[in-house]
Amino acid sequence: MSADPALPQAFADWFAARGWVPRDHQLALVGLARAGTSALLVAPPGAGKTLAGFLPSLVDLAAGRPRGSGLHTLYISPLKALATDVARNLEAPIAGMQLPVRVETRTGDTPAHKRARQMERPPDILLTTPEQLALMLAHREAIALFGGLRRVVLDELHALVTSKRGDLLALGLARLQQLAPGLVAVGLSATVREPDDLRRWLVPQDGSGAMAALVEARGGARADIRILHSARFLPLAGHTALASMPEIYRAITAHRTTLVFVNTRMQAEFVFQELWRINEEGLAIALHHGSLDVGQRRKVEAAMVAGSLRAVVCTSTLDLGIDWGDVDLVVNVGAPKGASRLMQRIGRANHRLDEPSKALLVPANRFEILECRAALDAVAEAAQDTPDPRTGGLDVLAQHVLGMACAGGFDADELFAEVTGAAVYAGLTREDFDAVLAFVATGGYALASYERFAKIRRGSDGLWRIANPRLGQQYRMNVGTIVEEPMLKVRLGRVRRAAAGAPSGPVRGGRVLGEVEEYFAETLTPGDTFIFAGEVLRYETMAENEVLVTRTQPGTDPKIPAYAGGKFPLSSFLAVRVRAMLADPASWPRLEGGVAEWLGTQQRKSVLPGRDELLVETFPRGGRFFLVAYPFEGRLAHQTLGMLLTRRLDRARLRPLGFVATDYGLAVWGLADLSAALAQGRLTLSGLFGEDMLGDDLEEWLSESALMKRTFRHCAIIAGLIERRYPGQEKTGRQITMSSDLVYDVLRRHEPGHILLKATRADAATGLLDLKRLAAMLSRIRGRIVHKALEQVSPLAISVMLEIGREAVYGEASEDVLAEAEAELLGEAMA
Amino acid sequence: MRQDALANDGGGGQVGVARAAMAAGLRVGALDCVADRSGALFVERHRLLAVADLHLEKGSSFAARGALLPPYDSRQTLMALAATIARFDPAMVVVLGDTLHDRGAFDRLGGDERALIAGLQAGRDWLWLTGNHDPALPLALGGSVHAELTFDGVALRHIPTSGGGAELAGHLHPAARVFGRGRTLRRRCFITDGHRCVLPAFGAYAGGLNVLDRAFAPLFPGRGFTAHVLGTDRVYAVDPARLASD
Repeated sequence: MSADPALPQAFADWFAARGWVPRDHQLALVGLARAGTSALLVAPPGAGKTLAGFLPSLVDLAAGRPRGSGLHTLYISPLKALATDVARNLEAPIAGMQLPVRVETRTGDTPAHKRARQMERPPDILLTTPEQLALMLAHREAIALFGGLRRVVLDELHALVTSKRGDLLALGLARLQQLAPGLVAVGLSATVREPDDLRRWLVPQDGSGAMAALVEARGGARADIRILHSARFLPLAGHTALASMPEIYRAITAHRTTLVFVNTRMQAEFVFQELWRINEEGLAIALHHGSLDVGQRRKVEAAMVAGSLRAVVCTSTLDLGIDWGDVDLVVNVGAPKGASRLMQRIGRANHRLDEPSKALLVPANRFEILECRAALDAVAEAAQDTPDPRTGGLDVLAQHVLGMACAGGFDADELFAEVTGAAVYAGLTREDFDAVLAFVATGGYALASYERFAKIRRGSDGLWRIANPRLGQQYRMNVGTIVEEPMLKVRLGRVRRAAAGAPSGPVRGGRVLGEVEEYFAETLTPGDTFIFAGEVLRYETMAENEVLVTRTQPGTDPKIPAYAGGKFPLSSFLAVRVRAMLADPASWPRLEGGVAEWLGTQQRKSVLPGRDELLVETFPRGGRFFLVAYPFEGRLAHQTLGMLLTRRLDRARLRPLGFVATDYGLAVWGLADLSAALAQGRLTLSGLFGEDMLGDDLEEWLSESALMKRTFRHCAIIAGLIERRYPGQEKTGRQITMSSDLVYDVLRRHEPGHILLKATRADAATGLLDLKRLAAMLSRIRGRIVHKALEQVSPLAISVMLEIGREAVYGEASEDVLAEAEAELLGEAMA
Repeated sequence: MRQDALANDGGGGQVGVARAAMAAGLRVGALDCVADRSGALFVERHRLLAVADLHLEKGSSFAARGALLPPYDSRQTLMALAATIARFDPAMVVVLGDTLHDRGAFDRLGGDERALIAGLQAGRDWLWLTGNHDPALPLALGGSVHAELTFDGVALRHIPTSGGGAELAGHLHPAARVFGRGRTLRRRCFITDGHRCVLPAFGAYAGGLNVLDRAFAPLFPGRGFTAHVLGTDRVYAVDPARLASD
């Protein structure tokens, strides 16, 4: 990348005074900015990415400009904490060079009077979030505010573009590019698989495939990653890594600060508890995850920055960009799930480019050894598995359309051209755009009209505007794409035990420990024990929308191991590598923890599938008949597959009872002998696993699926059909869930082609149901199914079957629950 | 726990209810009734079909306030009612109040829906009870309007009363969360102790209130009730010991 390296003298001096030399990529960005060219900077952690992003702005602003010139640079990050962090980091160069630059942040926490002032007298550089950008763009003064904008810097772009927040930001960027001609966009990103996707993302698309310039910072020192093998034989299943705790603890004692990453909140709770159990030196070890009380989390973050912690056990809440002090070791407990995710986590250690990041991978079972090995190989090759680019959500578009109507009106043709200029919406058809427009205006219903309640109307000048100012308020309350699952507070209580034998007395509320998802709370029955906030708690009752719990006796085992699997499914990329390892015995000697023996036994007793084959085993066990399949397509796709397989087996009168899904495979069991059914040709695997299951079977299931209803609820909230819930509002999440379920039922029956159902199906394809991946798998295994009828469970099958009882079996409740409850009532009545 | 529940409630009533449930029916005061999976209650002796809380035009009521919900709820509700009427062919239909979601609901009701109502009324007596959402009902709805009715000593009214005589009522929109196999299922239900019965809401957009909510406590002291939970093909009788709160 050639660029005029001449930094102004003051900047050169400032670098020199600190003993720094401006890096190539930093200079390259200055050169590109001068030329008015948008750019994507791809750089590893510690490469001075943020300074590189701001350097051109500071150089430009240092030259001075007339007072009241307005906003010069807009910086957008996914986290408000990151915006605050960057503001602090900008202080050094600005104060050091005495630059005439005013920097401010604007987040959800910024007081209203300050926000109003920012609209009137904007700073030179404003640091904010995608939601705040949407709000500012919907403001009537948006043209005045952004008309003179020169640069926009998008931080952690790789993380933003994978979600609906990225869609919202893409629409905002398209708008900015209209309001401020000549605007230069700069994306800052970690290493990604396809940088060209992000390069297109940054500049308006007109069908010619325009891309921003690419600047790549050279990779830092190679990371020093080890797989921890604390036991000669790892367990065949489970995610607790209990045996490895002493070694993790020793590693913590040997380093300044350690981040211990886990995949789920429950794992975080478990690891935290186990580390404290053996914390003989009383090291400051803290816990950080999304369910903990916010105040508690802030305390941990502050202690981290202050360097007073030796270790933090955390989930993906600490995955992103903030510099948490002096971390010199990253431990990843459990499977890494994706190579890129692993690299970013490892990058949290040692934010200095020239020293290697140090990391320890801790597999918890034998499948996870395979996965860790695959991830390690990928890291060594610098292979990436960041997700495919998104197709922009229609629900997000609906929100944006309302925002643009608030901003002072839009012409439909112009807005369509603007929106399709954003890469994620480049494939949007005019038909879908018009359907979204009609949805925002009157609900877009074919058979009945809400014309008189229209939210936006087309004026005589041809522009669409909101019908009344109240809708502006509604838009502002509803902006954003993050839909929180309804959460319930967990409150510690005490039971006043009555005399022996009598029911326990009332529970009095004590302190709030944090929050759990409502759908988790729904699975609890009184007396169930679970780990939360570092303790084993007993569920007592639900009171006033709070989960009341009590402390258990020390040494009590938690009964409910929810979230045990993992939130992120195994990436397809790692799955391919794991399948390849299984198929290649020459690779086994590299695998410790008993994997080689395990796979060898599998080969003798059953068979190992080739890398593109699907192995299906059937066998009897304990009076039941099992079918175990190993697609390696991640837990979400397996769950969907399990739902559809049990439906099909049920229709074939093979009496399935339930199934369990892991990241690697799934086990279905029932009362009919599946081996016999296959031998007699009453059942064929090619039929059972046929792609046609994604037709009627899927439709039938989706009509009643709770997962689909949750997906619809998210879309309905983002699209503005249903209002979001706020703290203190009397409407509980439960009532919203109910009403959105009812709306889903009615809409699906009367207008299945509605645009919001289209948006919901699009989400289901990649979201909770992972249909896209399931479809790809069914097509991959066509004609490649290997069946093995066995007398007993195989070594591979054990690993899947051991999850029965650990994982929630079969995700959705059926009316069997009602039938059972009734039988119980009748049984007692007749006794 | 179940034993306790039975003992606490004085068992006998429970057993009676359970036996009645086997015959897919339940008894309220002197009336033998069939609880239907649609949420309607049929009294064979009078060929009387009772439904509660249709909340017609709830969707457009939300729309007027800026939430443009699918405008098919009235159609859906009336089609479900028509299907139920076709199965039982009642001589008399009693709607236990809150037929219209708000005062403007009748004016917003579409032509097809009005015709549907008129068609259902043909050849049978149609009695509307007033509810808190619809203290007055327009004449154009057809049928007759009442505050309360009595059949064989059982009062039919919108809001259930605590104490007093046997009654059939609506208003509370009972729903039950049934647990088992580590999961729970939430459905609309009838709630009854053999003396008083509250019907589930029939309207497509009518939400449900958990029967363990305190609103039900004065009506069924000590959780002395059975929930008749609406399934896809039939109604299931469930003891409170198998119910969870929301």
